[in-house]
Amino acid sequence: MNNKDLKKVVESALDEQKVPHVKLKKIGASKVDVASLTKPSKETRQEYWGKGLTYFAIILIIILVASIIGFIGFHGLETFTKDHVNIFHFLTSSDWDPGEGKNHVGAAAMIVTSFAVTLLAALVATPFAIAVALFMTEYSSKKGARFLQSVIELLVGIPSVVYGFLGLTVIVPFIRNIFGGTGFGILSATLVLFVMVLPTITSLTVDSLKAVPSDYRKASLALGATKWQTIYKVILRVASPRIMTAVIFGMARAFGEALAVQMVIGNAVLMPANLVSPSATLTSQLTSQMGNTVMGTLPNNALWSLALLLLIMSLVFNFLVRLIGKRGQK
Amino acid sequence: MQNVNEAPTFIHQFNKDDQIISTQDLSVFYGGTVQKLFNASLQFKKKTITALIGGSGSGKSTFLRCLNRMNDKVARVDGEIWYHDLDINKNNINVYQLRKNIGMVFQKPNPFPKSIRENITYALKANGEKNKQKLDQIVEESLRAAALWDEVKDKLDKSALAMSGGQQQRLCIARALAIKPEIILLDEPASALDPVSTSKLEDTLKQLRTDYTMIMVTHNMQQASRISDYTAFFHLGHVLEYDTTENIFTNPKGEITEDYIRGSFG
Amino acid sequence: MNAKTRNKIATTGIYTLVSIVVIILFGILGNILVSGVPHLSWHFLSSEASSYQAGGGVRDQLFNSLYLLVLTLIISLPIALGAGIYLAEYAKDNWFTSLIRTTIEILSSLPSIVVGLFGYLLFVVQFGFGFSIISGALALTFFNLPTLTSNIEQAIEGVPEAQRDAGLALGLSNWKTIRGIVLPAALPGILTGIILSAGRIFGEAAALIYTAGQSGSTIDYSNWNPLSPTSFLNIMRPAETLAVHIWKVNTEGIIPDATIVSAATSALLIIVVILFNLGARALGNHLYRKLTAAKS
Repeated sequence: MNNKDLKKVVESALDEQKVPHVKLKKIGASKVDVASLTKPSKETRQEYWGKGLTYFAIILIIILVASIIGFIGFHGLETFTKDHVNIFHFLTSSDWDPGEGKNHVGAAAMIVTSFAVTLLAALVATPFAIAVALFMTEYSSKKGARFLQSVIELLVGIPSVVYGFLGLTVIVPFIRNIFGGTGFGILSATLVLFVMVLPTITSLTVDSLKAVPSDYRKASLALGATKWQTIYKVILRVASPRIMTAVIFGMARAFGEALAVQMVIGNAVLMPANLVSPSATLTSQLTSQMGNTVMGTLPNNALWSLALLLLIMSLVFNFLVRLIGKRGQK
Repeated sequence: MQNVNEAPTFIHQFNKDDQIISTQDLSVFYGGTVQKLFNASLQFKKKTITALIGGSGSGKSTFLRCLNRMNDKVARVDGEIWYHDLDINKNNINVYQLRKNIGMVFQKPNPFPKSIRENITYALKANGEKNKQKLDQIVEESLRAAALWDEVKDKLDKSALAMSGGQQQRLCIARALAIKPEIILLDEPASALDPVSTSKLEDTLKQLRTDYTMIMVTHNMQQASRISDYTAFFHLGHVLEYDTTENIFTNPKGEITEDYIRGSFG
Repeated sequence: MNAKTRNKIATTGIYTLVSIVVIILFGILGNILVSGVPHLSWHFLSSEASSYQAGGGVRDQLFNSLYLLVLTLIISLPIALGAGIYLAEYAKDNWFTSLIRTTIEILSSLPSIVVGLFGYLLFVVQFGFGFSIISGALALTFFNLPTLTSNIEQAIEGVPEAQRDAGLALGLSNWKTIRGIVLPAALPGILTGIILSAGRIFGEAAALIYTAGQSGSTIDYSNWNPLSPTSFLNIMRPAETLAVHIWKVNTEGIIPDATIVSAATSALLIIVVILFNLGARALGNHLYRKLTAAKS
């Protein structure tokens, strides 16, 4: 033992002496204050306020969502109530020139383009998503799965303007070189959206494949089925409702994406003649025109109608997901 | 519900003065469907250890959790629980105050992820006790009472999670004692412990009997016979027999009780 | 074609598609980093953006992005915490709870441009805040609330029931148990959720172009009076963020070096988002270990 240690021992011994000796009584039950059992206490008040705070947060969110729907619904309907545009005309005509005094507010071109890019992107992305998901759950080692997991997380993390910028600098020139024209259009938008919805569909598909009980795999393999037969005939079939849900989530994301699409679609409100001619979606039109119109005028109201349409479509996607979810449970 | 008509063979009763808590026709509803009916009325004697025994699903833990209203969150409980001439199963009861008088120790040791000292002082501080010297004193008293002081007095500020399972469980007892309850409910307190820790825990409980009333759920028949004064046998959600531990183990009156005791002792 | 051949073809197909996805990711990252990082100079980070000449920087955009991020988290965290606690601890299995869950799902599935336009209607126009940081922060709050709420809810639900029992059995109120015991135990998960949502907020642009605006005002970084119009802390001034800047120089910008500025800004955005993701993981692991493992 060196000096330093000795010093410590002595010091702590001295310290102990300094502490006033507390006489310990044996701990025991305290007398029960019966009256307190029926009276509110500090805890009651704590609970009241605490629970109240959480209620407040919840109510705030409900009010918020209700007012989003209310506000956009109100302004979106003004085109039809105040400006007396025929709702049928709005949905089916592609004559979009909502100047002052002119009731040319046919959104059909944008509606068609929005659906076209959404469906095409989902169509391209789904095989890739299923392949990646199958690879992660059925083929690869844990390490490989973790690697792909980070690949997917990185793809999710890339901001949508960056996708738009890449679309503008890589995809648009590429399309232009192959097909001629400007390069802007549905095809470019599809390719950009494909990469953007891929992670959404993939990670939900992975969840759906993981939910398939492994007994099925074993049983099928034991019957002599090849791996692919097992996957194709058993696993994918069992997982199909949830894969559908995954695809719809991906479509919802594609339908609502604004900036990345706006940067590569060309922004010409025309019924798309082909996949490589400039066009416009609901979101791209909103993005590029909202700042150029004056509140309360027809051109502005017409844009709010597009926003309302977007909102309704987002509710529809939500509803579809629930519908499939309920069917899957049966 | 099976065997609703299963009548209890014997229910021990106490003088009013000896009782500390008693139940009357308790029934428990989970989500309105599954239910347990304790149609027998149980009385518990002051400063004794009562063991609640019975197979899995016999309802003994559910019953225990009724006594300090720990079922409030998950189930609806009908019936009466009398404590100091109050029906504590009523809505007007302040459950927080109630739980300060009827403490509880759980199956798996559940210390907070805090230091040993803070585990004991946390609730005291929440109750408004700020005097550091007094808190230190209570820490020492309750750790001594739980027979843990000598093992941990030098590491009071270390994480409680660094202790062994047995020590953690005794810390949970010390934590309950620090609130100075009258009754301590123990829900299979030794089921997660090794034999050495279990025997230490049992010694602790025996010592505490002089000051506290303890009601303990246990799977372990030897344990019930070693440390309890009275024993209640639960079967499929009913109390079938309640008597002194000696009688239950040596001279059970009901057939099912006898089968269970014999089977469990092997 | 027999089953074995099909099996081989399918396996090859899957491997091919997976390789393409990996190549796409590396293509994207490589493209952005290679074309952007060389231009990420100190000059770029510390000088003002230029409106028609080459050689502008992103100083104000970078600050605005960070400032908006902080404000958004300050506003959304208490609400998300309250809602998350309610859903994890108090919500009963009834119609009200399913209404809340539906509401949150709807909010999370709304396109961010719609959220931005609502912010524009309510804050910019109705409340008269104009294009301002506060309008942007509120819009981003709406955008952020659903994800953050469900992250927090999951983190809280991950705390073992035994911890709640312990608190309640000591006579603590539910609220005290949640605040003092459950929340600290859920902290790693909550922090991870916050950092991940920070990444999302940082890269968001669609919700901002009509709320925080697409242009900046002159900012004085030595003016600490938040009420002064030129102060960098003023929440009523319009503010363009990094993400909005990329969009703007590409769509309406007239600066000759738009591609370079966008590439560099994109690289900056991606680096920050990756750092957030890595940080979330590291911090989560670190805190988890600290809370569960023995202190010795």
